[in-house]
Amino acid sequence: MTAANAVKRPRFSLPRWISAAPHMAWCVLFIVAPLLFICYYACTDPETGHLTLSNLANVFRAEYLRILWRSVEYALIATAVCLLIAYPLALCITRMKQRHQSMAILLLMLPMWINLLIRTYSLKNLLESNGLINQFLGLFGIGPVPILGTGFAIVLGLIYNYLPYMVLPIYSVLSKMDRRLIEAASDLGCSPLATLWRVVLPLSVSGIISGITMVFVPSISTFFISSSLSDGTILLIGDVIEKQISLHTARSYSVGASLSFILMILILVSLFITNRFGDKQEGVVL
Amino acid sequence: MKTASRIYTALIFLLLYAPIAVMILFSFNSGRSTSAFEGFSLQWYGELLRDRNIGEALKNTLLLAVLSAVLATLIGTAAAVGISRMRNRLQKNTVLSVTNIPMMNPDIVTAVSMLMLFFFASSLLGTATRSFFTVLIAHITFNLPYVVLSVLPKIRQMDKHLTEAAMDLGCTPLRSFFLVELPAILPGILSGALMAFTLSLDDFIITQFTKGEGFYTLPTYIYSMTKRKVKPDMYALSTLIFLTVLVLLIASNLLSAHMEARRQGKVRYRKSAKR
Repeated sequence: MTAANAVKRPRFSLPRWISAAPHMAWCVLFIVAPLLFICYYACTDPETGHLTLSNLANVFRAEYLRILWRSVEYALIATAVCLLIAYPLALCITRMKQRHQSMAILLLMLPMWINLLIRTYSLKNLLESNGLINQFLGLFGIGPVPILGTGFAIVLGLIYNYLPYMVLPIYSVLSKMDRRLIEAASDLGCSPLATLWRVVLPLSVSGIISGITMVFVPSISTFFISSSLSDGTILLIGDVIEKQISLHTARSYSVGASLSFILMILILVSLFITNRFGDKQEGVVL
Repeated sequence: MKTASRIYTALIFLLLYAPIAVMILFSFNSGRSTSAFEGFSLQWYGELLRDRNIGEALKNTLLLAVLSAVLATLIGTAAAVGISRMRNRLQKNTVLSVTNIPMMNPDIVTAVSMLMLFFFASSLLGTATRSFFTVLIAHITFNLPYVVLSVLPKIRQMDKHLTEAAMDLGCTPLRSFFLVELPAILPGILSGALMAFTLSLDDFIITQFTKGEGFYTLPTYIYSMTKRKVKPDMYALSTLIFLTVLVLLIASNLLSAHMEARRQGKVRYRKSAKR
């Protein structure tokens, strides 16, 4: 049997990982190559095809820099507020009965299954000058307060859309935490607040970090939320990219590619900084 | 303390659902307004039925979701099996990190990068830049990491000796894969496929950038509706989508609770049989 097998074995054998080959080819063609093409179109002249840095230099004009800074600012505020709202919420949920917990998580995930366009649009409807919020304020003789078209509306939109992404990873870390640690801390004389600050919070850093990543990255690169809630008056970096790309000309493609290139680097840097805080903490995969 | 935390939770959920509730309410409005409720009517739902484009968009969305999920599952499962067999750490880590890129990158960067590739390819081949196939390729690409990441842990958990035993008993590697490995990792494959399917259904940004003129999926069609003056028919469509998602989620939750109960029932039965 062994001898027969040995004879039959072909002279060369395929590597053991051969079944991953189609995937690897796909990755090179449709993940690596497209990213290289972003760099290519960011660094070449759209008419002549010569290597140039003028596209990238173009991006560093005051106009674009202001938009870029605004995107960073809004994304940071939205992420911070999400964290402030989500952490107590996740704590509250972990203290519920098991049945209520899974119910609460289901309710939290349901809006995530509704398309972002729909969620944003229904929020916009509430905030309009004749929307329900202003009608309510009108009962007290206030307003109408213009909410749409302000930075506040956009940040509110970001928080509304991405809050569940912050709650879920924090909840998943908190719910797996060893209860006895908390009991031990209070046995050793910690007040509830001190236990939270010195035991629970440090142990949930990994959840916080993945929550921050999951809110910050889509917030900084959004385009529909901002253009919809400000009626196009306040632009974020994503809006500019979308506008350029939807012109579908070679020149606008190279501007769009340059901006995407900058955005990608910005996100890489912020991911790197975030991960420094969570050193050696295992990331939470949802 | 307990009351405070209950009130807080209830408040957040109220805020989370208020816009959705308002949207559902105004989809039944008899007037054209989305802020003053004039009376109950189903006219906007009737309007939807008359809109040919929605049927077309629904067909495109489902076709894309099924095709991209099936293809991504095939490629991704084979990839996960291959990756688990890699001995070279550097090779394994490189493949895994590249696989994760579409998951880490913001959608808009993935979308722009795919468009740049298609733009280059079309300038070489002289074909149209964007078509159904470019959207399909893009969807398969962002689905792949989710399939690979849900299959890989199942392979890791599997008992390696089982495959060896199958081969010792005369199975060819391919036969032992289909008889032994595949049934063991099937749950991972199914959840990966389901994930891919829903991601593809829901995707807006990447589809919007890679699709050609006049081709619509439901999310991109809703986007075009947001630019129009009259909105209640969009609310009606969104309400229908919301209700579909709600029913599916509840059904899948009930199903998994049912399976869990059955599994525990089986275990109890086995224990009593042992006695």
